Formats: sequence, C-alpha cells, structure tokens
Amino acid sequence: MLEIIFISTLNGVLYGMLLFLMASGLTVIFSMMGVLNFAHASFYMLGAFFGFEISRYVGYWPGLLLAPPAVGLIGMAVERYGLRRVHRHGHVAELLFTFGLTFVIQELVEMIWGKLPVNYAVPRLLDFSAFTVFSTTYPAFKLFGLLISVAIFAALFLILRRSRVGLIVQASLTHPEMVGMLGHNVDRIFMLVFGVGAGLAAVAGVIAGPALVTQSNMAALLGPILFVVVVVGGLGSLAGAFAASLLIGLLQTFAVASNASLASLFGQVGGLAGSGSSLADIWNVTVAQVAPILPYLLLVLVLIFRPRGLMGTRDT
Amino acid sequence: MSDTRPVPLMVRVRASGQRRVAAHGVWIGAIVMLAVLPYVFSSRLSLTTLCLMGIMVIFALSYNMLLGQTGLLSFGHAVFFGMGGFFAVHAMNAVEAWGVPLPLVVIPIAGGAAGLLFGLVFGAIITRRSGTAFAMITLGVAELVSSGALILRTFFGGEAGISTDRTALVHPFGISFGPQFQLYYLVAGWCLLSVGGMYALTRTPFGRMCNAVRDNPERVLFIGYDTQRVRFIAFSLSGLFAGIAGALVAIDFELMSSSQLGVEQSGTVILATFIGGVGEFAGPIIGAVLVTYLQVTLRDLTDAWQLYFGLLFIFMVMFAPDGIAGALARQRPVLQAGQLHRVAPYYVAASLPALVAVVGLSMVIEMADQLTVHAADGPRMMFCYVPVSADAPLAWAVAGLLLAGGTWVFLRAAQRAKDAYDEALSTAHPRRVLP
Repeated sequence: MLEIIFISTLNGVLYGMLLFLMASGLTVIFSMMGVLNFAHASFYMLGAFFGFEISRYVGYWPGLLLAPPAVGLIGMAVERYGLRRVHRHGHVAELLFTFGLTFVIQELVEMIWGKLPVNYAVPRLLDFSAFTVFSTTYPAFKLFGLLISVAIFAALFLILRRSRVGLIVQASLTHPEMVGMLGHNVDRIFMLVFGVGAGLAAVAGVIAGPALVTQSNMAALLGPILFVVVVVGGLGSLAGAFAASLLIGLLQTFAVASNASLASLFGQVGGLAGSGSSLADIWNVTVAQVAPILPYLLLVLVLIFRPRGLMGTRDT
Repeated sequence: MSDTRPVPLMVRVRASGQRRVAAHGVWIGAIVMLAVLPYVFSSRLSLTTLCLMGIMVIFALSYNMLLGQTGLLSFGHAVFFGMGGFFAVHAMNAVEAWGVPLPLVVIPIAGGAAGLLFGLVFGAIITRRSGTAFAMITLGVAELVSSGALILRTFFGGEAGISTDRTALVHPFGISFGPQFQLYYLVAGWCLLSVGGMYALTRTPFGRMCNAVRDNPERVLFIGYDTQRVRFIAFSLSGLFAGIAGALVAIDFELMSSSQLGVEQSGTVILATFIGGVGEFAGPIIGAVLVTYLQVTLRDLTDAWQLYFGLLFIFMVMFAPDGIAGALARQRPVLQAGQLHRVAPYYVAASLPALVAVVGLSMVIEMADQLTVHAADGPRMMFCYVPVSADAPLAWAVAGLLLAGGTWVFLRAAQRAKDAYDEALSTAHPRRVLP
C-alpha cells in the first residue's frame, strides 16, 4: 500500500510538473494577449515528434536541445503572421484560429508520422532504474524529467520575478501602452513570449514523449486537460496553474492506481450489479475507469463552488 | 453613424409592406424548393446527402443561436445533438417494444426534449461564465459527457452504439419512412419547422436581448436585465434545436454511437457555422450545405480531406471572419446602387489566381500524402487526371510555383478588388463614412 502511494505520488508530481510546463506558457500568453491558445497542446505534440525525428539521427540529447527552439520559432511565426492579423477581429476569432490550427497540425503529423505510436526510445544514458522501493523499480528517465521540469519552473519564476526582462513582460501584461511609450517593442515582446510558451510546451513534449506514448492523438488527449488546469487554477494566475497542475496530476495518477468501485465497497446490493441497467454500470465502474473524467468533474465542482478558480483574481 | 431622423410614416409603411412580401417570398420559395429537390436530385446518394444537409442546417443554426446571436463560443455543442439522438433511439425502441401507436414523425420531439433538458442542466452551470472561460468550460463538459458515455454502456451502447429500426413504428397512411425518398420529406419538414422557429426567435424581444448581451453585456446589466439568464435561456433553446437535429440523424442512420456527441462532431458544427457566416441568419444554412457537400465529395477524392477543412477554416478566420454570407451581404449596397458591374470583373480577376494557388496547394498536399501515407504504392500517382511522380523535383517545382505565384497574384488582385469595392461604395453613398 505504502509502495503504491509512494510511486503514485512521484508519478503524479511528474505528470503535474509536465502539465505545469505547458500551463505556465498558456497562462502567461493568456494574461498578456487575452487569447487562450487552443493549439498549445499541439506544440507539445510537435515537440515530441521533432525530438523523435532528431533522435533517430543524432540521439536523444540533441533532440532535447533543438526541438524546443524549433517549435518556438514555429510558435513565433504563428503569432506574427496568424494571430496578430486575426487579433483585430476579436477574441473569438483568435480562439477559432488556434482551434483550426490544432486540426491542421494534427493532420500534418498524421500525414508525416502516421496514426500509430512511434518508437521514441529512452536515451541509453538514463535507461536504468534509479531506485527500488519494496519491489517496484522507478526508471531514472522519469526522475530526470521531474528534475528538468522543476529546474525550468525555478528558472521561469526567477526570470519573471527578478530579471529586467521579467519586469518588462510583467509590465506589458497590465500596461502595454505605457511599456510601448517607454520605448519597448510590445509587439515583439508578445511574439517572443508566445515563442517561449510554445518552446516550453515542446520541452514537455520531448520529456513526455519517451516516458508516455508519442502518437498523433497526444495533443487531443492532453489539450482539454490543460484547459481544465488553467480554468481550475484561475485564468491568468501562474500560482493557481501550478497548484491545479499538481492537483490534477496527483488526482489522475492515484485514481488510475485504485481498483475500488461502489460494488466492491458496498457489495452487491439487492442484485443491482447483476441487472443490465445504467445504475449497474455506475455501481460496477472502478475508480481507475473513471480516472479520465475526474479532471472534468473537478472543473464542474470548482465552477459551482468557486467560479473564479482556485486563485483567480478576475472574472474571465 | 446611425441615422436618427424620423422617417415619414408612409415611407415606413410601404417599406415594411415590401419587406413583408419579400420575407414571405423567401419562405414560399424555400418550401417549393424543398418539395422539388428530391425530383431533381433523385439518386440514392444525393437523397442521402440532402438529408444530411437538412440535419446539418438545423444543427448549425442552433449553434449560431449561441455563437452568432449571443456571442457564446461553445466547443461542446454535439453533446445536445448526441443526447437528442440517443433519447430518440431509445424512444423509438420503447415505442416499438410497448406497441404504442405513435408515428415516426413525432420522434424528433423526444430528441428536442432531451436536448432542452440537458441544455437546462448543463446551462445552469456553464452559463455562469461568459467569454473565454465559457468556451473552455463547454469543452470540459463535452469531454465529461463523451468519456462518461463510454462508461454508461447500457444507455450509450459502448463502442458499438445503439441501433433501432425506423420502419418498426406504426405506418399512418401507409408511409413507412423506409425509403430514403420518404425520409427526405420527414427531414425537410422538421428542417423547415426548426428554421422557421429559430428565425421567429431572432425577431422576438428575447432575440434582441441576446444580441445586446453579445454586443454590450455591461449595458444590459445597467438596464436591469440579467445577462446570465439571457445566456441560460439561449443555451437551453439552442440545446432543444440541436436535440431535434440529433434525433433526425438517429432516424436517418438507425444507429447512434457515442462518437456523435464527441469533439469531432462539435468541431464540424463550428466549421460549418463559421464558414457560412455567423453574422447573418442565412449564414449557417449556406455553411451547413457547403460543408456537408464537401465532406461527402472530398472524402472520396482524398485522404487528407480534414487537412483541407482545417486550412479552409483558418483561411476564413484570417481573411473573411464574417463568412460567405457576410461577404455576400457586403455586396448588397453595391448591387442596390447598380455598381456591381464595376466590381465584378475584379472579383473574377482575383478568383482565377486563387484557383491556381489552390491547385498548387492541393498538389503539394497530395504529393506529400503519396510519399508518406501511400509510400508502399510508390511515387506514381494521378493528380487531376495527370500522371505525376511524387518524388520528381520538377513536380514539386511546378506545385511550388503554382502555389507561390497564385498566392502572390491573388493578394495583389484582392487588394485591387477591395479598392474597387470601396470606390463603388463611395459612389453609392457619397457622404457615408466607412468604418
């Protein structure tokens, strides 16, 4: 039992940190430009596939270094030539633009790499088990992923809070005109922030690719959960996104590890479980089967009891 | 901007009388057209396509009640479509099992009721927010429902879905609705009824309040209306019509599976509505007909049909955010001023290079497709009845040239067309200041 809790906690924190790597970019982009980038998970997928393609020729490590900047450049191009143009038609058009982009990126990925999972291998340097708890081994690569995400989180936090660049970015969030008056190119700051956000998502992709599954549906699977994180945390709040990422990461990992169902807890009441009704479906379903819908349930609950999200400061 | 001078009463009466005749003319024309269509397009494929178009028209219009009229962007509208379909299937099976003498014609009422019910339940939560948060929450609820549908196997039938038999119900006047020809009239009738209902809604004070909530929610609050209640009612009613569309699709396919309430179906309705145009009532009708037609034809022509859809959608968002209907509506003042002959040549001149660019783009996509998806078949392929080798540099050069050259000339010609349009408009309304 203790073993399951320990492993699940580690996995949950890793998943949560990966979520935060993406949610942080999404949150900063949202608070700067007011646009929720629907295609953010697609950048994550592009990162994984770029990393995979590079790793086929020169190994994993160059992929980790090269894929994020490449995706970041694509992100900047999307902002410069797509979003900036659409911006004058309003937020709905911006959201729809990124929505259309997810379609196109998914189709392109399917065309180039196919619909089946690709064999994105863990680098040989990290292909061993880091430690053994009771009888379960924990792969070193996952631990490495955890360290990288924490390091990026710390660096991001320091840059935003302590550096001059961070100051300008923060100022552009609230007072874009004033920052422009002071001689900074606000448009370029937006473009760079968008690129960095896309690059961070790609880092998450390169880390998650070998650890999870690299497949053309990975963006579609993760995208909605990402939005749950951002809304539950409170739109535009970095700290909220952090808390929500960890919460959802842990929630899902623990749920998957649990085999309990109402039937196993309370037994077969009055032959309910045997009868072929929808009630029996609910009675027999295990927590592990419900795991995929837990984030959305959490979303609905948060919206009922705390419509601004955990740490949100403003309504939309 | 707005003209606030009082209009003489006689003019107003005459104008409204003319408008009334024009409005009735449109409806009578629509009825006649719907009645005649299956005799013109009588093949089985075209009848099936016509039915799908009719269903999509209802679905897209119900979506536009949210997006176009109330300014609410939903990513989960297929939930109500799918729920309507599932309840219709269960209603049909129950009617059959219990031997209730209910004809098939009334089954869409069950679908509509289900759509309304779920619209009320989910709307109570979702419409607490507006704007971006609203869009994200609809996505979350859609995921919740479509994942939940796979758990509740008894009701949703798991991966296989729930099937039914539309001819098992009673046959009043000997009409079984088995043949597609008879089914077409069922779809057409409900389509007309729903379109009429939704149009009537836009003319009510409530319809106007929806527009006000879209345009200036703060002001609506100051006047004393509850914006959340307006959003809630609009959301529920749009669920009602989506449910009717879902019931019709269940009757048409005689099968309902959980993919019908999934993200893909929601995406299709967004595409159809937006491409048609959200600003005009007729926009989603145009979009639904066009997107259904493209879906049916493109699917046979190419593997990458969804890529074409995505690109078309992005193009529309970037260059024509008011859709096809919006672009047509902008020609109205030019037409009224009798200036259309001056701009039409520019439109033709702009559409020719656009066609060239599309051919180039499609050649790039198809050759890439041949090299990746159909790598096993070798590089030889047919493109527009011309044999092409997908790995020949010459073919790629030709495709690139068509795409780049076509785009460049198109952008030039489009600017010229825009200038010509502005000039024609300024001759039509010399004193009007354009926004």
